[in-house]
Amino acid sequence: MSPAPIDSTGVSRGSLKSYLTGFVLALILTAIPFALVMSGAWSSSVTVIGIFIAGIGQILVHLYYFLHLDTSSAARWNVLAMVFTVLIMFLFVGGTLWIMSNLNYRMM
Amino acid sequence: MTTKDSTISFVHNQEVAHSDTVAMQTLGFWIYLMSDLILFSTLFASFVVFGRSYANGPTGKELFDLPYLLGETLFLLCSSVTYGLAMLAMHDGRKKRVLLGLAVTFLLGFGFVSMEINEFLGMISQGHGPDRSAFLSSFFTLVGTHGAHVSFGLIWMAVMMGQVAVKGLTVPVQSRLLRLSMFWHFLDIVWIGIFSIVYLMGVR
Repeated sequence: MSPAPIDSTGVSRGSLKSYLTGFVLALILTAIPFALVMSGAWSSSVTVIGIFIAGIGQILVHLYYFLHLDTSSAARWNVLAMVFTVLIMFLFVGGTLWIMSNLNYRMM
Repeated sequence: MTTKDSTISFVHNQEVAHSDTVAMQTLGFWIYLMSDLILFSTLFASFVVFGRSYANGPTGKELFDLPYLLGETLFLLCSSVTYGLAMLAMHDGRKKRVLLGLAVTFLLGFGFVSMEINEFLGMISQGHGPDRSAFLSSFFTLVGTHGAHVSFGLIWMAVMMGQVAVKGLTVPVQSRLLRLSMFWHFLDIVWIGIFSIVYLMGVR
């Protein structure tokens, strides 16, 4: 039962260290927005900005440490597909919010 | 370019190396995940549009229990890590450790789904179901779609535990475990969006 060669698949194997590093970073980035909201000590705008920064940071941590997406050539096609998807998401979500808020404004 | 070249050689040459097949299956599954991400982004968009349309019903601040949500979040985060540990054991060819890692991941994922179902049932029993307001309709659609994905992931994981136990760590089984790992980590990433935008932004 020798391990088969399933490297070079765009998603590399990672290591114990990378999973544990990712876990600690993800825990910190989860704790920050929960603490911001549960303490209620900060103004609304600071809280919103904190939630967004921590959320985006945690997504990047998961992509890098758990899904092993990086700038290596093995992951290039995965990253390219994701960049295109993020563009589509931006059009969908941004376009929806733009149109709906505009309609809402005109209905007032 | 390397991917394109290997695709051509796959068409012309049936004697294809295992790693090429796995690479193509992985990339194909990744593209499925990206299409799934677009599905979730449309649900997020509708939630953000309807998120404040309470129809005199309860608001997120009244409904959401943040310590409970933190528990759900930690279940899912820990399950992502234990699945990663199972993948490390798979690369070392240690079958029993793979089964142990998958079993722990399954239990953590099951804990997450159980907590979510409990939360949903509690809300519905108090008359705060998806029919109450546009906010709750879009809430149940978005969070429920994620929960359904996790549930199907659990079914897949149970099947994979059976395959690892019966077939051992063959190349096709390893390829499936790799794709399930992508699916599982992907769902954890979607959950980051849900607890940030739906719950935390709703409560603040």
